[in-house]
Amino acid sequence: MELYVSEFSKYVIALLITLYTYECFAVFRYEEEDRRGGIYTRQNILMFAFHFSSFLVICFETGDITYLFFYAFQQIVLYAAIMLFRMLYPKTNRLVINNMCMLLSIGFVILTRLDFNKAVKQFVIVTGSLAVALMIPFFVHKFKFLKKLKWIYAIVGIAALSVVMILGQTTYGSKLSFKIAGVTFQPSEFVKILFVFFVASALYQASGFFEVFTTAVVAAAHVVVLVISKDLGSALIFFIVYVLMVFVATRNFLYVLAGAVGGSGAAYVAFKVFRHVQVRVQAWKDPWSVIDSAGYQITQSLFAISSGGWFGLGLYKGTPESIPFVEADFIFSAIAEELGIIFAICLILICVSCFIMCMNIAVRLNDKFYQLTAFGLGVTYIFQVFLTIGGGTKFIPLTGVTLPLISYGGSSVLTTLIMFSIVEGLYIIKQDEGEQEKKSQMKKQKRKKKKRVVAVEDEDEEDDLEEYLIPQEELAGRINCKAGNQFEDDEE
Amino acid sequence: MKMTRNKKTAKRPKKKNREIMLVTWAFTILFLGMAGYITHYAMTHQQELINNSYNGRQQILLAQNRRGKIYSADGEVLAQTVEDAEGNEKREYPYQNLFSHVVGYASNGRMGVEAQANYYLINSNAPLSQKASLDISGEKYPGDDVYTTLDVELQQVASTALGVYQGAVIVTEPSTGKILAMVSKPDFNPEEIEAMWDELIADSESSVLLNRVTQGLYPPGSTFKIVTALEYIKENPDTYQNYRYTCNGAITRGEDRIQCYHGSVHGEVGFTKSFAKSCNTSFANIGLSLDRKSFGNTLNSLLFNQKLPVTFQSGISKAEVSEETSESDMMQISIGQGTVSITPLLLNMITCSIANNGTLMKPYVTECVKNSAGNTIKTFSPSAYGKLMSEQEAAILQELMTDVVEEGTASRLKGLSYTAAGKTGSAEYGTVKGDSHAWFTGFAPAEEPQICVTIIIEGAGAGGDYAVPIAKRIFDAYFEKNVSG
Repeated sequence: MELYVSEFSKYVIALLITLYTYECFAVFRYEEEDRRGGIYTRQNILMFAFHFSSFLVICFETGDITYLFFYAFQQIVLYAAIMLFRMLYPKTNRLVINNMCMLLSIGFVILTRLDFNKAVKQFVIVTGSLAVALMIPFFVHKFKFLKKLKWIYAIVGIAALSVVMILGQTTYGSKLSFKIAGVTFQPSEFVKILFVFFVASALYQASGFFEVFTTAVVAAAHVVVLVISKDLGSALIFFIVYVLMVFVATRNFLYVLAGAVGGSGAAYVAFKVFRHVQVRVQAWKDPWSVIDSAGYQITQSLFAISSGGWFGLGLYKGTPESIPFVEADFIFSAIAEELGIIFAICLILICVSCFIMCMNIAVRLNDKFYQLTAFGLGVTYIFQVFLTIGGGTKFIPLTGVTLPLISYGGSSVLTTLIMFSIVEGLYIIKQDEGEQEKKSQMKKQKRKKKKRVVAVEDEDEEDDLEEYLIPQEELAGRINCKAGNQFEDDEE
Repeated sequence: MKMTRNKKTAKRPKKKNREIMLVTWAFTILFLGMAGYITHYAMTHQQELINNSYNGRQQILLAQNRRGKIYSADGEVLAQTVEDAEGNEKREYPYQNLFSHVVGYASNGRMGVEAQANYYLINSNAPLSQKASLDISGEKYPGDDVYTTLDVELQQVASTALGVYQGAVIVTEPSTGKILAMVSKPDFNPEEIEAMWDELIADSESSVLLNRVTQGLYPPGSTFKIVTALEYIKENPDTYQNYRYTCNGAITRGEDRIQCYHGSVHGEVGFTKSFAKSCNTSFANIGLSLDRKSFGNTLNSLLFNQKLPVTFQSGISKAEVSEETSESDMMQISIGQGTVSITPLLLNMITCSIANNGTLMKPYVTECVKNSAGNTIKTFSPSAYGKLMSEQEAAILQELMTDVVEEGTASRLKGLSYTAAGKTGSAEYGTVKGDSHAWFTGFAPAEEPQICVTIIIEGAGAGGDYAVPIAKRIFDAYFEKNVSG
């Protein structure tokens, strides 16, 4: 019986996640959120089916039925989160919320399997974090002064990182965290958000060379402090986010080029100067030659990835515990081993879907500050996913960052939930913008209708005539552009 | 005027967000690439990684599954794991020493099929219903069984024929690459490997554990004349038959002197006779005429100086010729002495490609994998490596090798119910003059080759006297079975 359950469940779980992932991208077929309702509901059903069947397997494999209680609590919290977001913010984007909860439930499943105590701790943190996250969209929406705090973001950010650098605890060679009242914080996680806000607020009005230069100095300060703390993964994230945000703000590809050249140079210097960088690169190039030491983690991770096959060994059937820090840096490998390559690839695609939705929101925002913020947060998220999955699979050298929402780690999960909530807030702002435009558009149209009766022909008139034939949605877009362009003209 | 303005408005939405779209695409493509990489890596490294001693998953599989059986081509058990009354597992090899190297062992490291097919043997694809009932009775799942291409009878004949000599025999099917028999002597009993381990390791002289077929490196002696002849034919495709040489028993270049085996004097010889009689002086003479660069390329295309395209461990045969090679070395190399070394496996592969009209089929020993219910899990099909020579060149060599039997050094294979073709060799080694390994490599029937044998007997003497009779016994056994059966 037990055997049938575990064998059968492998295929069920793979099927559920595949369908869920399909819906993640099916969403993009529709422009308007209200036409996506069916998809979102199906996603919720698939998500709960996955969550439930996984815990059923856990109960069968461990022979301990009490896991179902733990499951029930998780289910209540996730369900409440989905419902509360919808009730409090009727205009939210449900894909972001769904994916957020899906990733959290994947995290719960695999953490419960790896280490029950850590899973419980994680659950408590997630519950608290979700409560915080629920309030975020409101603040983002209301607090218009957020774009004016640029120096505050910079100072708080650098200060927080410096405190860790000086006072922080050293964990495995890197200074990452400090303790307050028994709770460990990892400030570099939160500073990521502040940093995005800083760059957005510094560049949204003007992005000439002077602005880019001053922000570059601040960005460099962040990166240097992180490098000194030996937190290379975070340093890399800050760097990439900065370069890409400047690219979007200035629309100048030369900055990307400069960033690439500067980044490569810095990487080369770091490689020459820091012993631990050399060790990591060596462990990436040929982990088998240092399998006893620097290559141990990555080779164990590769063993895990290669042993699962398409459908995985099944929960509790593999040995992901053999990878040091599996619950934080290598959780993806544990997932690939026990839930299979199909599941792992779907997981990657779900992360990409979150990113695309985030970019989608950024593209449509008219306000440049909000646009840059959405873009920056999206890039921060996806680049971190890239670093952790790529590092754990020997695609790129290992940097030791967490897989957002899935890995064990309170600071990480709280930060990511806040990021997702900010994006939700930005989405609401976008909806507002759309409505305002529609209103103003309608007024304009009325005005012009009158004009048309008089049959006065001028250039503007010609434009509008054409626009009558264009669907409402696209029309709004065009008008936005005009506004945007005007704004730009002012800058120039 | 109006038109341009309209165009401008229409283009602007794209321009506005081009950068964000660019970044979105870049990351999406990056992630698709990464997903592709992960899938590819996971699917292609499964077997290699499970065999790594740092991989603890192997232990889990062993605790869960009973190691599968290894079968011969005709369904005889070559290796199986049994449980005694106390529940201790023991690996049994019913034929004891007979398959020691090719089937190998699975304790104190692994060797042979036990190593090569380890992944399949320790995994279980038993039907779920069987697994479920075993779960209830608390027994292990049966691992998957591996069927080999080995033929028990041929293996027995080869082993018996080699007798107490040290040496190696390999029998293959040239049209598929199937290995029918592989004997390396001295051999050992794989059941006693644990008890004998220290002794075996300490004994460096006879290197019992070494599979001489795949890893033994020997001077090829006159069998290498196949290679020299091939190069000569390549360089003189239309005129090689016009070759003439008068052998007076020795050829001298400066200090260096090459003699014919046992002081023979062959007199006036053409190309065919030089090959059939295995005239050293004539071949040294041929060697001196060869284009060194072209010869070097031919050697590499015949898989010298590189890893062989096989899935098991094999040695690297050496034969290097370049513009700098001296005359003295050229003479030595042309007759397979000096710096040249070869594994019986590679010599067999070259012979096979001649027999198979130039195309080399990759040699293999695992035929298929079946689960405990007898359903096939995986089949290993024959696969071609490519052409080692043209069909024409292969045809010429087939003829030359037939003449070796008809009127040359392998005359003991003449006048039988089947026709054979081959090349003998007596490879001198060490410093004592006259000590030589006896070689034979050949195939039968000569017109339509079905099997290919390569034999080396260490220190026995002339190939024609010692190696050819073993080939005869193997051919006899094979054709008796395949004609009557």
